[in-house]
Amino acid sequence: MTVRTAELLMAIMMGAFSIYLMYKSTELEIGWIEDEGPGGGAWPFWLSAVMLISCLGILYNWFRRKGPIATSTRLYIEPHVLMDVTAVTVALVVTVGLFSFIGIYGALPLFLIFYLRFLGKHSWRLTTTLAISIPVVIFFFFEITLKIILPKGITEPLFLPLYKIFF
Amino acid sequence: MLEILGLLGNGFLVVFEPQNMMLIIAGCALGLFIGAMPGLGSVNGVAILLPLTFLVPPTGAIIFLAAIYYGAMYGGAISSIMLGIPGASTAVATTFDGRPLAKQGLADKALTAAAVASFVGGTISVVLFTFFAPPLAHVALVFGAPEEFALMMLAFATFVGLGSDDLFKTLFSISIGLVLSAVGFDIISGEPRLVLWDITGFLHGVNFLILAIGVYGIGEMIWTVEEHSLGGGKSMLSDANVTVKRTLSNLRELASKWKSIVMGSFLGYFVGILPAAGATPGSLMAYGIAKQISSEPEKFGKGAVEGVCAPEAANNAASTGSMLPMLTLGIPGSPTTAILLGGMVIWGLEPGPRLFIDHSDFVWGLIASLYAANIFAVLINVAFIPVFIKILKTPFTILAPIIFILCLIGGYAPTQSMHDVWLMVVFGIVAYLMRKLDYPLAPAVLAIVLGPLAEPALRQSLIISDGSFAIFFNRTYAGPISVVAILLLFLPLFKKIYDKFRKRQVV
Repeated sequence: MTVRTAELLMAIMMGAFSIYLMYKSTELEIGWIEDEGPGGGAWPFWLSAVMLISCLGILYNWFRRKGPIATSTRLYIEPHVLMDVTAVTVALVVTVGLFSFIGIYGALPLFLIFYLRFLGKHSWRLTTTLAISIPVVIFFFFEITLKIILPKGITEPLFLPLYKIFF
Repeated sequence: MLEILGLLGNGFLVVFEPQNMMLIIAGCALGLFIGAMPGLGSVNGVAILLPLTFLVPPTGAIIFLAAIYYGAMYGGAISSIMLGIPGASTAVATTFDGRPLAKQGLADKALTAAAVASFVGGTISVVLFTFFAPPLAHVALVFGAPEEFALMMLAFATFVGLGSDDLFKTLFSISIGLVLSAVGFDIISGEPRLVLWDITGFLHGVNFLILAIGVYGIGEMIWTVEEHSLGGGKSMLSDANVTVKRTLSNLRELASKWKSIVMGSFLGYFVGILPAAGATPGSLMAYGIAKQISSEPEKFGKGAVEGVCAPEAANNAASTGSMLPMLTLGIPGSPTTAILLGGMVIWGLEPGPRLFIDHSDFVWGLIASLYAANIFAVLINVAFIPVFIKILKTPFTILAPIIFILCLIGGYAPTQSMHDVWLMVVFGIVAYLMRKLDYPLAPAVLAIVLGPLAEPALRQSLIISDGSFAIFFNRTYAGPISVVAILLLFLPLFKKIYDKFRKRQVV
């Protein structure tokens, strides 16, 4: 896919999103309410309209082939970049997905092992050291010091004794 | 005058509390580190680390974040000089002459010049700040809803009029930020509003931090992954030969470059005040002017010390300058200050001129901390140059997962909802895809912070005027501000007409 094609797709997608936002805004009054001023939907409605107009402007420039992006025939994402970026993004999404099941202390070591060992090609020694020490630091910093309880999923019971010690 | 000095004295008392002192030192060191890492700048550091500050009171929190902001301005120079890769966009101009100096084996000279110029730039701008801020806040005290709204429109109009990005993409970025800030509840009627796809998670709105960490944390990191993938992850690290004797002779040589340093400081400060401009254009402009006023302009680009001094003085001065409108008017002067402003709202402070009266400790503590941060940053910078160079050798594949994890937890911490973490990842990916198409993203972050303040200001104004927009034009302060905002908004159009007119004359 060339940059020019990507520009078109992005403008169409964002234009569709603006229309959805405009439609969604009309759930509230978008006109003037007597003695109350503008209705709650007016502000997002007109701003979404500006979004839509901007997208139309981008499309207009696309059809006239104006500007460096609209005329670019370069690849939008190079194949080997796409590999790396996809690997990282998928790893992120899977990690966040795992938060709710095996908890943050199950997901983070897996993420670290994947990133350090398979993307970074670091030694197993470094990988395991970081995969264990970083979650431990996070536990003490966030849960003990800041008192922010992070998601644990099914590992929750394992932490009950720890809570008893620290709280 | 005396009153200001008295208040500043009180500020120093706040700064000298041991906890705050520690926060400044930690913030400077972290900021230097973040700034020195290619790809990460002050805005990324502040966005990713803001959730950590819930531990300390607001004054401590802002002091810590301001120190990071400051440290990052110093740190950016380190990788610009040693790697030839700007540590942050604000340090782009520093590579022009810093890199050639490093290649000639004079890296220590460039690093010293950057540190000293940053220090002078920081000091001059903080002094200017101290004496400019209170009068400006005083004037702003009479501002009502119409003035506030006009000011925010002015901030957005500068992006359109002075920004170098595509007009439609800038407009899009501003309005999507404002619309996202409207998600949740209608502030006046209390009805649920824009609950997208009826997902209940949107009922508590889109937190500005989620967008900020999405764009500046996740999006930025994916962007850096791409750059590493393209560049093969290889870069040449120069060696720096730092000895006391060499440093002294470097300092002596610097004394003769005072003109470019002072020029950069003043220029950076005033450019920094403008919302759309900030540190990056400020430092580029300073570089250009330094070249023009130099007695040896032909040396620029080949290793002129002034070419390092001027932009470095300017980017530090600009970071202070951008805090002026944030503190006095409640309008951020840069993406970083937009995030600081959002933080202030989370900490329960209402931004705007009343801060100077209601939270004098907070304001003056922050101002005094800038003086202190400046001194610490230059000391840490000079003392630990060899350490920072070592850190630059840390492979990206070790730092990247750690930063990703900080982002994920930072997105979860403020609201403790998985919905927000998912939203942040989506923002990150979309931000990366949009950035590849040259969509400017800073306006969106500014907009999501200002949105919750702009909407009530607009609605109140319209209620006062019974629906007439004339209220933004017929008041003493709101009038001129609105007129300037509209002129800026149409500036790109004027430029186009002017260009066409000139072309016709040439033909």
